[in-house]
Amino acid sequence: MAKSSELREILTSPVVSNNPIALQILGVCSALAVTTTLENAVVMTLAVLFVTAFSNMFISMIRNYIPNSVRIIVQMAIIASLVIVVDQVLKAYAYGLSKQLSVYIGLIITNCIVMGRAEAFAMKNKPFPSFMDGVGNGLGYGFILVIVGGIRELFGAGALFGIEILPLTSNGGWYQSNGLLLLPPSAFFIIGGIIWVIRIVRPDQVEPKE
Amino acid sequence: MSNKKETFGGTMLVVLAVCLVCSIIVAGAAVGLRPLQIANKALDKQQNILAVAGLETEKSIKEIFNSNIETKLVDLATGEFVTDVDATHYDQRLAARDPTQSIKLTNDQNIAKIGRRANLATVYLVSDDDGQLQRIILPIHGAGLWSTMYAFVAIKTDGNTIISLTYYDQGETPGLGGEIENPRWRALFQGKELFDANGKPAIKVVKGQAPANSKHEIDGLSGATLTSVGVEHTFTFWLGKQGFGPFLTKVREGALNNG
Repeated sequence: MAKSSELREILTSPVVSNNPIALQILGVCSALAVTTTLENAVVMTLAVLFVTAFSNMFISMIRNYIPNSVRIIVQMAIIASLVIVVDQVLKAYAYGLSKQLSVYIGLIITNCIVMGRAEAFAMKNKPFPSFMDGVGNGLGYGFILVIVGGIRELFGAGALFGIEILPLTSNGGWYQSNGLLLLPPSAFFIIGGIIWVIRIVRPDQVEPKE
Repeated sequence: MSNKKETFGGTMLVVLAVCLVCSIIVAGAAVGLRPLQIANKALDKQQNILAVAGLETEKSIKEIFNSNIETKLVDLATGEFVTDVDATHYDQRLAARDPTQSIKLTNDQNIAKIGRRANLATVYLVSDDDGQLQRIILPIHGAGLWSTMYAFVAIKTDGNTIISLTYYDQGETPGLGGEIENPRWRALFQGKELFDANGKPAIKVVKGQAPANSKHEIDGLSGATLTSVGVEHTFTFWLGKQGFGPFLTKVREGALNNG
């Protein structure tokens, strides 16, 4: 069993220092699509966190039995099953949300973070550290998603979690919303900005000049 | 680790075992949660109907549906009610895909860009607690910029005046076209008249501000021209000959008040 300090490192390092979106540049596609509101971002985070954590755990549990020649397919089968379960549970218990997130839950299957962590970490480590690695990467993904979702909803729709903060001119208030923030490209700018800030704080993340 | 897992038999065994376990989990989730999902879907739809029906009571959604709302089917070609099909279990979206239960619209007819139209359409008759018919709810849909937009429109028993409109299923750009769900915009429809003096569909979504006192015109959504056009076309189609036109003509002549 790994030491607790190592486990903490596995859990926390993906949040800032080895963030899946900001440093590994994985899972950007879904980060563009589901961050129009904070609520969507949070639910998506929970869904991805659940899938990365458990897919890492299950894959790690059977890692010594997975034949090398078909390992990607075996990983996909496990990830896809978990995603379907999440999708079904959301449809049953949070129908309104699942309607909004629609295809993006299903697309967690193709989220590079899940597959990337399974291949890079779970295939080489014990189940519990793998589980923590999945949780950590889910949190790192969520960290970016929540920041982007917060900025987009606040300045694009004048609200947070659907509660009005800046009264919009279209509803008789004073705030003229920024429509660009509600469109996918705005997430590129915000994610780019976040990466910039992280690299100012941690210059070691900057790639060497070619 | 041995090399056994790399043999053909070993590979097959692992793959089969993984597939078996995964399929059991997936099937279990799908079957186990299905009743809840179906109930959610039905409830979601009923909630939207109630929102447009304007019924405010203490009763539960189910009770209101049993006591105040009557689900009926209309043959769109004749405008007559159909009684030999079970209205509560009729699925109009499914029927529109079935060649035996729908027609293919020609290019001229396909104003709302929906391609096919079911022969029978559901309508909801809303009565007050005394059993007096108050309003008629018509389901309409048409293509916007990205998606098919589904709505309920509630009209008075004169078959002409809009009471309210609810868009309940759409995939337009949030904040732009998605504002068709905004209550402030939807409220603009209140009191507008569906038909002009000649009985032609007259709802228009205009760019910018509609003139005050206009009977048929609604302000367009800024930044969502194509969605606005889609809304107008949806109305034009569903009020026309291929839509609820024949039915509404009968309503305007007083068919529901006499029966």
